[in-house]
Amino acid sequence: MQRRHFLQSSASLTGAALLGAHAPGWAQAAVNPASSAADRVLVLIELKGGNDGLNTLVPYTDPTYYQLRNTIGIKPDDVLRIDSRAGLHSELKGLVPLWEKNELAIVQGVGYPQPNLSHFRSIEIWETGSNASEYLETGWVTRGMQAGYSARANYTAEGVLVGVNDFGPLAGARAVSLNNPEAFVNEARYASAPQATGNAALQHLLRVEANISQAAAGLRGEPQAFATSFPQGAFGSSVRAAAQVVASQKGKGGVPVILLSLGSFDTHQNQPAQHANLLRQFGEGMAALQSAFSEIGAWDRTLVMSFSEFGRRPRQNNSNGTDHGTVAAHFVAGGAVRGGLYGQAPDLTRLDASQNVAYTTDFRQIYTTIAQQWWGVRAEPVVRGSFEPVRFLRA
Amino acid sequence: MNAQALNQRDARHLLLRSGFAPTQDQVDALLGQSRQRAVTDLIARAQAARPLHPPPDFTSQPPPVAPGMLKTKEEQQAARQQQQREGLELKSWWMREMIESPTPLAERMTLFWHNHFATSQQKVVRSQAMWHQHQLLRANALGNFRILLHGMAKDPAMLVYLDGANSRKEAPNENFAREVMELFTLGEATQGGGYTEQDIKQAARAFTGWSIEREDFSFRYRPAFHDDGAKVVLGRSGNFDGDQILDILLEQPAAARFIAGKLWKEFISPAPQTDAERRELDAAAQRFHAKGYDIGPLLADLFLSEAFWAEANRGSLIKSPVDLVVGTVRQFAFTYTDTMPFVLKTAQLGQNLLMPPNVKGWPGYTDWINSTSLLERKRFTEQMFRSVQFQGQTAVMGRMSVDDATPADLAGGTAVKAMRIGLREQFGAETGGAGSTRQALGLLGREGAMRVAQSMTTIRFDPQVWFSAYGGYADREPDEALKARLTGALLASNATQNIAPGTVGVAWLRSLTLDPAFQLK
Repeated sequence: MQRRHFLQSSASLTGAALLGAHAPGWAQAAVNPASSAADRVLVLIELKGGNDGLNTLVPYTDPTYYQLRNTIGIKPDDVLRIDSRAGLHSELKGLVPLWEKNELAIVQGVGYPQPNLSHFRSIEIWETGSNASEYLETGWVTRGMQAGYSARANYTAEGVLVGVNDFGPLAGARAVSLNNPEAFVNEARYASAPQATGNAALQHLLRVEANISQAAAGLRGEPQAFATSFPQGAFGSSVRAAAQVVASQKGKGGVPVILLSLGSFDTHQNQPAQHANLLRQFGEGMAALQSAFSEIGAWDRTLVMSFSEFGRRPRQNNSNGTDHGTVAAHFVAGGAVRGGLYGQAPDLTRLDASQNVAYTTDFRQIYTTIAQQWWGVRAEPVVRGSFEPVRFLRA
Repeated sequence: MNAQALNQRDARHLLLRSGFAPTQDQVDALLGQSRQRAVTDLIARAQAARPLHPPPDFTSQPPPVAPGMLKTKEEQQAARQQQQREGLELKSWWMREMIESPTPLAERMTLFWHNHFATSQQKVVRSQAMWHQHQLLRANALGNFRILLHGMAKDPAMLVYLDGANSRKEAPNENFAREVMELFTLGEATQGGGYTEQDIKQAARAFTGWSIEREDFSFRYRPAFHDDGAKVVLGRSGNFDGDQILDILLEQPAAARFIAGKLWKEFISPAPQTDAERRELDAAAQRFHAKGYDIGPLLADLFLSEAFWAEANRGSLIKSPVDLVVGTVRQFAFTYTDTMPFVLKTAQLGQNLLMPPNVKGWPGYTDWINSTSLLERKRFTEQMFRSVQFQGQTAVMGRMSVDDATPADLAGGTAVKAMRIGLREQFGAETGGAGSTRQALGLLGREGAMRVAQSMTTIRFDPQVWFSAYGGYADREPDEALKARLTGALLASNATQNIAPGTVGVAWLRSLTLDPAFQLK
């Protein structure tokens, strides 16, 4: 495709238009008639280390951007133009078909108040859906389960983490971690589900064993043969594993949430080459995901969402890289998504005391959309407050 | 009660909780002693304990140049990696002490205080600073908490970790002031801590000036940084310095309650369950406070409490990764040449020595067990027992299964090759990141990783000798009496699953360690 033309999208909407007041009496979940809540899949992709949103969704007509980034700024000719002001990093060409089919939403300026610039602390905030000053134990997805989503079906597991050890958004949920389903089923031979009574410690152990056994039983089976060719590398393999997990659920309990990760995006030094490489993997992985899920008829009931602990600082540093920032654009994709640009681009002329930009979309707004419209549960227990949803799902 | 003579069960319970898992000899040595006598002895010997082996070489070398002072990024990176490599040596040394110590209570208490005053080399970087802190923990582990607290507050690794070193009167850093109250002495404000944000701010002013000498990373007081003005903390007014603030904190009964409560969780149960237990804990806390924070007498109170021996509290705690790995090696008398595999394993299971996840330390208890870690724990014990009969001795293999390895494989060295490749899989090194086992394997380099793989082939278990200590044989199915003895020796509570009839010797042991109850202590 021609870089100089805009990506075709009939529903390319910018600015605040999409975050308008919702219709009266809205409290009901907008159920997508194509799938029931229990069949739906949410694929979370963690961009570990803090993805640089400004070089992902590039404000290619903003002179301030080029002043702040005299060597690492992405040149106007090198972006895949979305509209007259924003374009994607060229290595994200894997996302172009999604954009053109109107199945890719890009939410701008995602962050939260009183941003924390520590990797560990900030990802904890995103994963537990907390305020900057509170420390929660459970993941936001777990609270969605507890708010009623887990009761929809007898899931094989509430969540599967692929190539990830930290339960994060699924902390406290009935979830398992694996590299691929076959290896997990093999490992799980150590677990049984003995019936026994005992103290709280033993009960916890037995519960975890039972979860493992249930997950293994549900994940067991002939692996799906995909026509899709998955990209080389760890991320490509984890996309394949995710597709295998979903494919294996035909006639089984289902796995509503899958967590993948890609990184490290912590590009303090020599950002251009590293970032390009990572974005290429992300784009190709997303394209493979769409292709594989479509093969098994799951794309229309799948929602994919990226997240990251923070964005990166607008001004580049002395090592051709960027330091920790605050907000970034994030992607939401799926067969049920209404493609387009959402939210507001961050204002690069108004930087805070750490030289970072202010958020324009609270990440809990995205969680609200997922809770209410994808899962059909009340958002309040999930996000512990009231946030305006982002309208990226087709009603 | 305390004059009561120890039987098998009681002796085992005391040794399991106060140390790591005991061998039958160690249990037998306590039989017939009164609880009072056994506890007093344990504590006294732990207090007199000294390390068995000299510490790693780096500990006696001159201080290195700070990585930040080097000119190029490459040099800085290399210097940092050297520090991390030395940290690995320190972890290996400590692991060896834990496995071999005749006074494991001393090791357990050192680890307890390491978790309490959580400090991570991830941020501190300098291995000699971690060693300095480790020595402080070790020296005071069963000594006096007041002395330990004062020492930790000025410890250079702590000053880096909680940002005290650069805190100055113009902009006092509140990190240490907050954590010293919330995590080290009084507990959370909302849970009996009794302090306010204002107290934290005022205390932070008092701690200014405690800093570090750039050249050799020793403690240095910088008067120019220090705010010597009047402060009000917990209702007391004065021109307090940091030491005086610490003493004010220790004056609060809440401090004694908080520490005693943590030690209860470490040794007795997740929390006192009955009024009687709460009274026991309160009494112990009050005595701790009244006696000026001597740790030995507090431990004696806890070990001699009714709660410690109560049936309801047996098997109520969950083994930490260190408990599991060290306990398994000790209890089965595994022999080995290098402890690095055990260091990597506890890290993989969630307990990376010298690198607690954050200043709150490892939460422990049920936090140790999730679907991933439970499978890994079982894989660990299963692999420790997986053996090849080879010249009458059994060698523990890394990844290879009994069916895969032949004596020819062992002789030809293909076993070692396969294990080097399998190391990453073995230690869950798929994901990287700071402090991960993948990072550790990277730091070891090819040679180091090969050494680890090689050392794993030297891990040996002698089933004949082990079984004979229980009056049994390794080559046959244990009879009912032996099964009962072994179950009593290995499980802190009843077995939850049956082992298939006809299971023989080591395979029977292996199956028993796969019982969920094996994770309890």
